[in-house]
This record gives sequence, structure tokens and C-alpha cells, in this order.
Amino acid sequence: MNFPAYTNLWGKLAKYLHVIYSLLILVFLIIPIIVIIPLSFNSEPYFTYPMPGLSLKWYEAFFTSPVWISSLKNTLLVGVISTLIATVLGIMASLGLMHPRLQRLAWLKGVLMSPMIVPLIITAVGVYFAFSPIGLSNSLLGLILAHSALGVPFVIVTVTATLAGFNETLTRAGRILGASPLQCFFQVKLPLIAPGVISGALFAFATSFDEIVVAIFLTSADQRTVPRQMWSGIREQLSPTILAVATILIVMSTIMLITLELLRRRTERIRSGSL
Amino acid sequence: MKLKTKTYLSVLAAFAVTGAQASSSLSFTSWGGSYQEAQEKTAVKPFGIANKVDIKTDAYNGGIAQVRAQVQTKNVTWDIVDMQLSDVIRACDEGLLEKINPDIDLAKDKSGKPAKSDYLPGAINNCMAGNISWSTILVFNKDKFKGSQPKTVADFFDLKKFPGKRALRKSPEGALEWALIADGVPPAQVYKTLSTQAGVERAFKKLDTVKSSIVWWEAGAQPPQLLADGEVTMASAYNARIYTAIMNDKKPFEFLWDGQLKNIEGYVIVKGSKNVAAAKAFIKEATKPQALADLATSTAYGPLRKSAVSLVDPKVGKYLPTAPEHQKGSLDVDPLFWADNADALNQKFAVWLGRK
Amino acid sequence: MTNSTYTETLTSAEAKVLKRNLRKSERFGLYKALLLILPLFVFLMFTFILPIGSLLFKSVTDDVIPTEWPALTQSLAAWDPAKKQLPDSQTYSNLVVDLQKSIEDDGNSRVATRLNFQQSGMRSLIMKTMRHLDGMDLKDAKQSLIDADERWGQIGTWTIIKFSSQRLTFDYFLNAFDYTRDEFGNVVHNAPADSLYQDVFIRTIVVSLTVAVLCVLIAYPVASFLAALPSKFSNPLMILVLLPFWTSFLVRTTSWIVMLQTNGPINQFLLELGLILKPLELIYNRFSVLVSMTHILLPYSILSLYSVMKGISPVYVKAARSLGAGPIKAFFNAYFPQTLPGVVAAGILSFILAIGYYITPALVGGADDQLASYYIANHVNTTLNWGLASALSVLLLGGVMVLYIVFVRMTGGKGMKLG
Repeated sequence: MNFPAYTNLWGKLAKYLHVIYSLLILVFLIIPIIVIIPLSFNSEPYFTYPMPGLSLKWYEAFFTSPVWISSLKNTLLVGVISTLIATVLGIMASLGLMHPRLQRLAWLKGVLMSPMIVPLIITAVGVYFAFSPIGLSNSLLGLILAHSALGVPFVIVTVTATLAGFNETLTRAGRILGASPLQCFFQVKLPLIAPGVISGALFAFATSFDEIVVAIFLTSADQRTVPRQMWSGIREQLSPTILAVATILIVMSTIMLITLELLRRRTERIRSGSL
Repeated sequence: MKLKTKTYLSVLAAFAVTGAQASSSLSFTSWGGSYQEAQEKTAVKPFGIANKVDIKTDAYNGGIAQVRAQVQTKNVTWDIVDMQLSDVIRACDEGLLEKINPDIDLAKDKSGKPAKSDYLPGAINNCMAGNISWSTILVFNKDKFKGSQPKTVADFFDLKKFPGKRALRKSPEGALEWALIADGVPPAQVYKTLSTQAGVERAFKKLDTVKSSIVWWEAGAQPPQLLADGEVTMASAYNARIYTAIMNDKKPFEFLWDGQLKNIEGYVIVKGSKNVAAAKAFIKEATKPQALADLATSTAYGPLRKSAVSLVDPKVGKYLPTAPEHQKGSLDVDPLFWADNADALNQKFAVWLGRK
Repeated sequence: MTNSTYTETLTSAEAKVLKRNLRKSERFGLYKALLLILPLFVFLMFTFILPIGSLLFKSVTDDVIPTEWPALTQSLAAWDPAKKQLPDSQTYSNLVVDLQKSIEDDGNSRVATRLNFQQSGMRSLIMKTMRHLDGMDLKDAKQSLIDADERWGQIGTWTIIKFSSQRLTFDYFLNAFDYTRDEFGNVVHNAPADSLYQDVFIRTIVVSLTVAVLCVLIAYPVASFLAALPSKFSNPLMILVLLPFWTSFLVRTTSWIVMLQTNGPINQFLLELGLILKPLELIYNRFSVLVSMTHILLPYSILSLYSVMKGISPVYVKAARSLGAGPIKAFFNAYFPQTLPGVVAAGILSFILAIGYYITPALVGGADDQLASYYIANHVNTTLNWGLASALSVLLLGGVMVLYIVFVRMTGGKGMKLG
């Protein structure tokens, strides 16, 4: 390490301690995630090391269980559709929010962002009370609607952030060259704000994919989602199958993280580049 | 965007279609797990095949919230529900259930005696046809007590003589009854004592003596797991879960029949069901003595019809909560007491739990 | 006339048209913007705002008794329990009329359930009275009812019915603060054995505050370390923050259950090292709740502190040092004040998120570690006291909203940043 001339011995020691401390905390952050991955390959249903042998049987148990498979299907279905709804509505609203006079209306943005702030239990109970009388409880449709609402703020945050860096003259250029407003949007604006859209959509998807409190209130046996199924599994009996599910989820979040990282780089390139 | 709207609409349509299908078939809702599997094997599937009815099954965790929501919103998707008596009483009072007339809707026994006189007292009412009696019961791990083994409820509260953690259900129901029994109240006097302020205080005081050693469980699958893992040495549990652990998994568990709390379980039909006739036909079949005996044989829950007892596999007989040798010191859970006092006692229990 | 300048600018018809067109297109732009927001606004109205509004509504309204027992409700409205006298005989006969009328559709049972929330035994009182209805004489209603059950001769019984039959009521909020009404309708504090929610809210705040402080204290050095590194080194290390951030919190909770179990890896490790003789109780207590919640919320704190620290030029600290300030003085005078907005943002953000936690404490906490959300869920699903559940929700929501407004003010209206 290079130290400025004025650093004394204690200063160096403090610096080293700082580095060691920070690295330890980073290890603390990652360790719980690392620890359960190997245990999901344990041949015995115990949660201790060393493991007596390796086996894929807990993964087999997951992929052959009709309950888990149907909850995986439900989760994906709800996740994809609610992400689509949240993204489409979120992009439109973000475009509208760029209007200078609306940007001054703090309450409007506050309302649109509120699903992110309100504690989940309150959303869940409110939605349960409101959806039950109209037959939307115990249905995937109810869950899709609620999850779309929860995903919207993420889309708005990321899309308005990219729109802020968007150069409006490009749209005007497009218009002058004879493109219709819609053409302009799809061929000029959308490709340029795509990174923001995709990362917002990813956040929305992750929110739905991870969401459990609303799912507890709105679903019964037929509409179980993966988190809902994990929740009852953990409460009843923590089996290694749950660790297998957890590992699969960790792999998925890693993929999402990498995608997002690539998008971020792309945005940075565009920002610092020709545009 | 048009494409997305289209997918969305087609999904909507798909939901509408499945919704419509559901109403044309019979639905059966029970508690899931091995109990529901046994019901499906002994009653649901045979009835479905014999009558060419497509029976959809669902599982729930008790309570009347879902039934109430369905009835109030006129969106009844459940037909037959397996409900415990205390819930039946509330649901029946609130008009959430179809009426069942034992003389018409239930089968007579072999000798031609009407169902009403064949049932154990309290096991049928005008909303429910009883099927089995289950009990919440104290159990222990034999391996942990090599010397003298616990025999009474008082032993469960004796941490000196029988050391180790205890597992109890996180509910005042059970905990308060056992505390009083352990404190010397005869079972017949338990609910009378609990109706008084002093009685409730006495029960909590007794619970205080073991509070720091209690692990609270919420799902029925937990106690056998806690016992097997060695987290606790004694536990309260549903009798059939322990029976399965002993018979199938060869666990060294033993029942403490003293102070077993017996509950009644039965079939009900949700008010506004579109398939009342089929549901009644199902209940008639499923509560025949032989059907109840078959269910008892595979679950170790006690059949509620007297004529069914002799039909149960004798190997299972001694594990039934209704077996005559286990009646001394047993207590029937009083659903009316709990209907009245659950709100207040739940609150007191929550306060007590939250206190160090 | 002084209209010479006036006419100069406006006599030109083109300017007028231009101005009008400009304003028109501006207005058109505004309409277009509003139109773009409208679908989302309507969607959220239906899926989010109205449901939460219904919660608000449920916490202060109660129409079971006014609907099922209209005549009694009306006569009780005029009765004042503070006068310490039983209601008049008209009220008694109205009760009989209402009871008889509501047998048909089981309305009495709904009333009984509602009244039982307020006092144990009200349910069976109503049920018992219903069985005595046959042949009851309306003129003699008062005596017949008291004969049927002596509780009809007690003022307290009527007080409960009176206050439960208000269409607009704040009694659920009283209950949510551990207050109730005595026999004569005065607001009094619950007995200690029935006082739950003040403790619950205090516990929720204490746990969330502890988690928030832990998060900021732990995150601060880490974030400053990462911010000082060149991106060549900080980017790979950042993955260690981002991966937990992206991993399902249920997965992280699961792994803490596994790690902290009596026979889990941590206990096993300590036993093998000989540091302990028997397994420690690491789970189902306050410790496990704090550890797992801090772990789950730590990435948020690190990320928000990092984004602030990244924007601070190291020049200031260097200047302070070269001007003779010691390292501690330089830190507190030159560095720390600049990070303060990040500290506040990270702290409030963790606090807001922690205060609504339900799943993690439910899975890793003991009986006395449950937060407000747990009790709300319990009232919705188990006790079915939806009015009380709504009142508790509104209190929790109010707290979060106040915090959020503080958060927005502190972070200059930018709110949260993602990714």
C-alpha cells in the first residue's frame, strides 16, 4: 500500500485494520449464501460439515415433486406477466413524468412510488380485503395485479433515470426526418433507454419472484408460488430440498446480477460515448 | 404492446375457463399431509370413480376465514370441507354452512340403527357429520429418559425429574388446560376453573415455571422433528403425527396418554355450494362405519361412530385416542368455551409470551 | 393612452397566433404527459390505493351491529352510560325485536362474534338469549331478558353494545393503544395482563432502530473502503455486496436458520474448536433476529453510503492533513460532514425497511421477538378481528409515511437510487 508522507505507524496500522475489517464484513455478507450451496448436495439430510457424501437427490426431489413444479410454474407465470404490466405502464408513466410541470408535482411521483414504501404486510392485508369481495383472492390474477403494482416503482426509478440522460433533440431529429411519434419512440428513444427499461424490468421481476407476504394472503393450495412453498417448508420442516431450491434461486440471482452489470457498462459506454 | 395486451387477455380468458370448470366438479378441502392422503385413498378416490365425479382437492390450515370470504363474496369454490368442531360451531352460527340432517343425509349402521344414535355424543350437529376424533397429546423421547419415564401431565412440568426442553403449540388452547391439570385441577373441573380470572392466572403461573424451557411450534410437522433432532425431550403433538413417526420411521417416541385433549373433526358443506346434492352423497359414503374404520386404520385417529370401532385394524386399535384404556385423565376440548374465550385468552397469551 | 408599447407587441397578428400556438402546444404537451401517466394511475388506484384506503376505512367504521340490529342501535345512541342507569324498556324491547328479526339470516351470530372481540362471553350471552326468545312478551321485555340472563341487568353489557354499534368508531384505535372502555363508557387503560400493543410497537421500534444503527455502523467503514479503491479493485469486491442484495431474502433467512441451528455449522465449529462444551442457543431469540435482519439490510446501507462517498473528493482530507490536522480531526472535520446525507439516508432506509418486517422475525425469532406485522397478520388470519388489524396497519403505515417524508427531505427529493 502507498501511504502519504505524513502517515505514522499508528496511521498505517489503522489503515490495515480498516482493510481487514472491510474484507471481513464482505465475507460476512457472502458466507451465508456460500454455506448452504454445498449442503444442498449432501447425501444425508443434515446441515453439518464435513458431509458424508455427495448426491443430487434433493434436486431430484425438487424436480420430481408436482407441488414444487407447479409452484415454480406459478411463480414464473406471475413474475413474467406482472413484469410485463409493470414495465409497460411504468415506461408510459415515466415518459409523462418527464414533463417539466409534472416534475414539480412531488405528490404525483409519491403516489406512483408508494408501493415501494408501504410495508408489505399492509399492502397484503389491504389487497386481501379489497380483492376478496370481487373474487380476486385465491386466484393468480389477483397476485399478478398486486405484484404489478409492487414492481412499478422500480421501473419508474430506473426509466426516469435513463430518460434524464436522454437527449431530446434526437426525437426532434427523428420527427423532422418524417417519423411518426410512435416510430420515433420505438426506433429512437426505446433502444437508447433500453438498459434502464431492462434493469427496471429485472427489478420488477425479482420483486415478484421473491415476494411472499402478499402471496400468503392471496393464494391457496392451487396457486402456491415458490417463496410461499418455501415458507411453509421452512416452518414445518427444514429439509435439504429447500436448500436445493435456495441454491437454484441463488444461481438465478447471479444471472440477474450479471445481466444488470452488463447493462450498466453499456449505459456508461453510451453516456461517455458519442451521444 | 399490442402483443402484450393480447397475451394478457388470453391469460385472463384462460383463468375464466378454469374458473368455469371448477364449478362443475366436486371439491374436497382438508388439512393436507398424510391425513388428507388417507382420506383421498379411503374415501375421495373411491367415490369419484364409482360416481364418475371429478373431485378436485385443496388443502387449508383450519379456521373459517376462507369459507367466510367465499360465502360473503358469493364465490364459493369449496364444496366439502373437513373442519374441526370449534370452527364448525362458529361457521354454523354465522350461517356459512349448509344444513345436514342426520336422518336423511347419513347412512344407518349395519343393524339399521339411525346414524344419530350410532355417533358418539357431540359428534354430529346440524352442520357437520363427524368423522374422526384426534387428540393433542403429550409425548416424550424414550431415549432421553432411560431411568424413570414420565407418566403424568405433572411430569411434563417437572424440569428437575425430567430435564430437557419442551415443545408446545403456540396457542393458549392446550397449554392452559395442561397447566391446570398439572397444578392439580381434575380434568372435569378444568374449563370451570378457566372461566374465572383466578383460574386463568393460576394456569399462567404454572406455565411460568417452565416458560424458559419451552420451544413453541406452529405447524403439526414440527414436534416430531424437534423430538427427533433432540431439540426437545418432550412435546405436545397431534397423535397421528407421532403414530406415523413410531410406526413408519421407527422413532423412540412414547405417548403420555394422561391429559390427552380430544377434538372432534367432521365434514361440512359450504353454504352456496353449487354441488350440494353430490356433496351430501359423498358425505353419506364417507361417514359409513367401514369408511371411518378404514380412515382410522391408516391414520390412528379414532372413528366417531360406535359401530366403526370393531372394524378398525386391531394393531392400530391401542393407538386410537378413543380406545377405552386411554380415557382416564383425558379431556374433551370444549369448543363452546373456546368460542367464547379464544379472543380474550389469545390476547392474554400473546401478552404473556411477549414478557420476559 | 399608454398603449404605445402595448400595441407594439400585440398589433402583430402573427405574434398573437404564435403565442397562442405555443401555449396550445405546451398545453398539448401537458395533456399528453398526463395521458401517459393516466393508465398507471388508474391501475394503481385499483390495485393499490383503494385497497389501502379500504384498510383506512375499515379501521374507523363498523356496520355489523347497525345493519343487523338497527332499532337497538338507534335507541342506544340516545342512551348515556355515564348516567349509570340501565337503558329504558323501549331499548329492551328493541333488542328483542332485532334479535327475532335477525335469526333468519344468522345476523345475530355476526353480532355475537363482533361483541366477543370486546368482551369474552358476549357470544354465548347472545346465543343463550336467542334460545329464550320464544314467547317473549315485548311489553315485558326488560324483565324477561334479565330473567334469561342476569347480564342484561348490568350497565356494562349495554355499554359494550352501545360502543360497538357506532358506525364511525375510534374504538379500534383505542384497542390498538391498549385502551378500552369501562362499564360506564369511560376510556381506561387495559390491565397489564391485557396490554399488548404498546409493547409491540416499542419492540418494533427498538428492533428496527438497532438494526438501522448496526447497519450504518458496520456499513460506514466498508463503504468508505470501497469508495477509496480504484474501480479495478472495487468492482470485483462490489459483487460481494451486490450478490446478497440480489439474492432472495427468503434464501438468506433460510441460510441463517441453517447456520444458527443447535446442530448447525456455527455450533459445530465452536464445539470442535473446544470453545464451548454444549451447543449455544443461537436461534429463536433476539440475537438471531438482529443478525439476520442486519445481514439482509446491510447491502442497502453499503450501497447508499458508497454512492455518496464516491462523490467526495479525497482532496479535502489531504488538505486538512497537510494543514496540520490529525487523522481523527481530519476525519471528523473534513470527511464525515460530507458523508452525513448518506448516513442519514442509509439509516432511515434501513429503519423503514426493518419496521415492516414480518417473515424473517417469524422464522428466526422467538415468541417475544415478533414485530407489529406479525400481529396484523395474526388478526387477519386467525382471530378475524379485521377492525383491529386495520387500526394496527394504519398506525404502522402512518409511522412509515412520516419517516419517508423525512427521508425525502433529507435526500433532497431524489429518493432512492437503484443499481
